[in-house]
Amino acid sequence: MPRGAFSAVGIAAALSLALTACSSSSGAPSGPASGTGAAGGALVVGVTSDPDTLFPWKATQFQAVNVLQNLYGTLTEFDKDLNVVPGLAESWETSDDGKKLTLKLRQGVTFADGSAFDSKDVKDSLDKIMDEKTAAVARASLSSVKSVEASGPDTVELELSGPDAALPANLATVNMAMLSSDDTEEKLNATPNGTGPFTLGKRVPSQSITLTRNDKYWGAEKPKLASVEFRVIPDESSIVSAMQSGNVQLAVFNDPLVAQTAEGGGTIQVAKTPQLNYHALQLNAQHGDLKDVNVRLAVQCAIDRKQVLDTAALGEGEVTGPITAPAFKSDPNKRPCPARDLTKAAEYLAKAGKSGGVTIKTIVSQGEYATSVNEAQNLKAQLAEAKITLDLEVLESGAFVDRWVAADFDAAVALNGGRPDPDGSYGRYFTSKGNLNKVAGYSSPELDELFQQGKATTDQAERKAIYEKVGAELENNAAWIWLFAGYTYTATTSGVQGFVPMASGSLQYLRTTSVG
Amino acid sequence: MTILRNRVLRRVAETLGILFGVAVFVFVMLRAIPGDQITAGLGTEAAALTPAQRQALEQYYGLDQSLVTQFFSWLGNMFTGNFGYSARSQQSVLELTLHSLPVTFELAVFSIVLALLIGVPLGMLAASRTNSVRDAAGQVVSLAGLSIPAFLLATTLLSVFAASFGFNPNGQGFATLVDDPLLNLRQMLLPSLVLGFGIAAPILRTTRTAVLEVRSNDFVRTARAKGVPERRLQIRHVLGNALVPIVTMTGLQFGYLLGGAVVVEQIFSVPGIGRQVLLGIQQKEYAVVQSTVLVIALAFVLVNLLTDGLYRLIDPRVRAS
Repeated sequence: MPRGAFSAVGIAAALSLALTACSSSSGAPSGPASGTGAAGGALVVGVTSDPDTLFPWKATQFQAVNVLQNLYGTLTEFDKDLNVVPGLAESWETSDDGKKLTLKLRQGVTFADGSAFDSKDVKDSLDKIMDEKTAAVARASLSSVKSVEASGPDTVELELSGPDAALPANLATVNMAMLSSDDTEEKLNATPNGTGPFTLGKRVPSQSITLTRNDKYWGAEKPKLASVEFRVIPDESSIVSAMQSGNVQLAVFNDPLVAQTAEGGGTIQVAKTPQLNYHALQLNAQHGDLKDVNVRLAVQCAIDRKQVLDTAALGEGEVTGPITAPAFKSDPNKRPCPARDLTKAAEYLAKAGKSGGVTIKTIVSQGEYATSVNEAQNLKAQLAEAKITLDLEVLESGAFVDRWVAADFDAAVALNGGRPDPDGSYGRYFTSKGNLNKVAGYSSPELDELFQQGKATTDQAERKAIYEKVGAELENNAAWIWLFAGYTYTATTSGVQGFVPMASGSLQYLRTTSVG
Repeated sequence: MTILRNRVLRRVAETLGILFGVAVFVFVMLRAIPGDQITAGLGTEAAALTPAQRQALEQYYGLDQSLVTQFFSWLGNMFTGNFGYSARSQQSVLELTLHSLPVTFELAVFSIVLALLIGVPLGMLAASRTNSVRDAAGQVVSLAGLSIPAFLLATTLLSVFAASFGFNPNGQGFATLVDDPLLNLRQMLLPSLVLGFGIAAPILRTTRTAVLEVRSNDFVRTARAKGVPERRLQIRHVLGNALVPIVTMTGLQFGYLLGGAVVVEQIFSVPGIGRQVLLGIQQKEYAVVQSTVLVIALAFVLVNLLTDGLYRLIDPRVRAS
């Protein structure tokens, strides 16, 4: 009997060995993703998820945005330093009173299906984005636009309700992608039709999406890669393994631990880029004890942000103020308590008549991003020393979003998306009519006025000064507690050249990338 | 004949009852989870929607209908072969399932085969001399199989093979058995090993217990006394009579595997039915989750029916009764 049993095990072992032997050459990736192909090669990007939509006006998921911005074009774009540069509009001009923006469109641009791009497409796209029925996520970014007119085949005029210096930057996101006026959402969800550097090659739902070079791309520099495959590998550690075995050549990680693991093997290069996204303890100034500015300031003074960063994110990031955009960056040392000061925290609590302490119900998302729960635990420990109790509610991400959307919290540990323009980042949160003001929980006439001024001038120095005041107003009133901004880790294998990581985490520079 | 027909009818009625119960349960549970397809898709950006925008999206996803209408229109459509549509994948749920179910079925078959190849011989070996070194070794293997979490074993195997030997077929795009049989088999190797090792443990234990029980019967002693060769005795007389509990355990495990081994499928990027359900839950694609779970429940019931059928095949006493 035992001999029989051993035979069975032997067969299994032999099968395993045979399969392993057959695969001895599998270290090198096979098929079209091998990095050979035409000039520039074929690149495989490891991603944890499939795009949840291929319709650019509704895309908010990171993976969807990254795919779509390589398929679609926008009127303006960001360069690697996040400056606004021409896109499908080769130039633009604001009238003296700031109430008209005239866009001169690039000529000779075609969509992937070969049809020509013109002013009719721009008018149609902007009108539809502004239409509530479309449910486009960027609708609020066009709130200053009263009407859009195609005054010539290559000229579009936007009539504004008032000056809006942030508008050119707002036009640069993929949620403002220019679509052909003949296309519909249903059609584009199946077959994207954009003016971007790549076109859709093949999609295998939940497994991969492959883009192929758009040889008719309008840019002076044509895309180098023959194709880019976004390969879905749901687990980040498995992506690292796929890079180590040569099957994947590029990936973007947010978890510092995964980035360290990737770097540890020596075969993968990891570039760190400071993120626009920021980690914050959002306070709801409409709720309970937090209505009192002194309680909020006590919270601000009782936190050592560097400790949160070191404990939760392995020290990978920078302590930040409200504005993370490089051109407008806030100085975190200018806040009321730049360093942790428990005495001052106690004074603020006394001023609020809460010397005995306060309790703040705080929601935390589990699984939304890697460091959330660790941040919350550290904040709780630090604040406890100042008699401030953080009553943590750790929620599954869907439940967190539900509570966040309903502003049903005293405080929320959150990772919020930053934008290159501060008006885009905070105008919607901290102005009394902002569409996220209910969630932000704080606004003031001063902030309304400052945001208005920020939109009214195009002078960069003036705008910087205005947003410095915005930052000060937010910090002095402890609207939220800004903690730190982490890094985006771009991992590449040898042979990948020309890719430029951006603070926004964008993969827009796949167009300049090649793989040898 | 009438008894048999009644039994079949009762079985069919039971199956339909179970499936209806599963349908109601999944439908209710999905609605009980906070959030909907809108918040799942837009995340915190959903807070910026105007009421009119939200209404437009509710209409788009069919969330504006009453729950009763949603339930019965989904269930009614299932009978016509319309399992619903996945907006994320731009495919019908039927198409998605026709792709993912064979993948999971293949993984389940390989895992079960490996589990049987490990579990049954080791179980027999352990039972051949109780409280001996080989018995202890069997216990250690089964304890390891039960206690080592699949995610740990999977991640470790993947990392070690990829980093040390450059062996990571799962890092390439998934290939079906039809597309590229050799690559497919390589891609199934590690996940099957991980799952098979975990399942081998209960099979090993069941085999050991069943074999010990059968060996103590008089007919075994008689056969030995009659001079039946030991190997024939162990295989034909002992294992043959110990098969019923082993088949029961194998059937159960196979049924569970058809439900999708989500963690292993995630780590090894195997596009099986477990991942389909997980993605459906994450995106709150109700039709995807409801229809897929119903298919899984049906598969489980069918496997149980097959297991019952196997009893009749391997045990004459069942046939007689």
